[in-house]
Amino acid sequence: MANILVNAPKTAKRGAVIEIKALIMHQMETGFRPGPNGQILPRNIIEHFTATWDDAEIFSMEMSPAISANPFVSFFAVASESGTLHLRWTGDHGFVAEEKVAIAVE
Amino acid sequence: MDRRHFLAGTAVLVLLPFEPAAATPAAMAEAIRKLVGDADVREERVKLDMPPLIENGNTVPLTVSVESPMTVGDYVKAIHVFNEKNPQPNVFSATLSPRNGKAMIGTRIKLGDSQKIVAIAETSDGRFWSASADVIVTLAACLEEAT
Repeated sequence: MANILVNAPKTAKRGAVIEIKALIMHQMETGFRPGPNGQILPRNIIEHFTATWDDAEIFSMEMSPAISANPFVSFFAVASESGTLHLRWTGDHGFVAEEKVAIAVE
Repeated sequence: MDRRHFLAGTAVLVLLPFEPAAATPAAMAEAIRKLVGDADVREERVKLDMPPLIENGNTVPLTVSVESPMTVGDYVKAIHVFNEKNPQPNVFSATLSPRNGKAMIGTRIKLGDSQKIVAIAETSDGRFWSASADVIVTLAACLEEAT
């Protein structure tokens, strides 16, 4: 299981714009680099990141090999009502990782 | 074929197999054209924040922000980032919604060389906006062998 770090406020005032930061451990092998034996290492990257608040998708990102190892993404969200922020990463070789954060809106 | 052309031709043939796959300013322009089509891209509203001098091309912080009210009627739909000299011109494409409240995203990218980075934002009215940054990279990403 991948190591994931998410930084988001647990509580927020209704209507506030909150920042969400997410970091996931992943090598993001580009597919352009030779390995120790001189052969190009096969590509292994996270291709897609999505953020859903309850059932509504609020943000997504298509990644390329140009995203650094251990991809970091920060974005904003309007705290409209209490819910669960669901972050999901998918990538090469069937890679899937998920993290959920409950955010209470007062 | 005279001697000069012959030599120029062989030089290209000799160089080609050793040239790594690389995006070029032309490849970036092509990738951008594919995205925007014939639409105008205005250098307004977008801010691309990157350090101008980068010591380590493996993790370069980057922030793109776009002036937008982010309401249901007027918001930033997408933000795309392109580069000229990595192996591929695309860096990322993000899809935003009015639920973001603020059109600002941050990430970290790899840069294989000193080059120009271009950010393009598409607003909900279908218009395109851009900003670019020239960066100098001292230690390039991707070149070192994996250990």
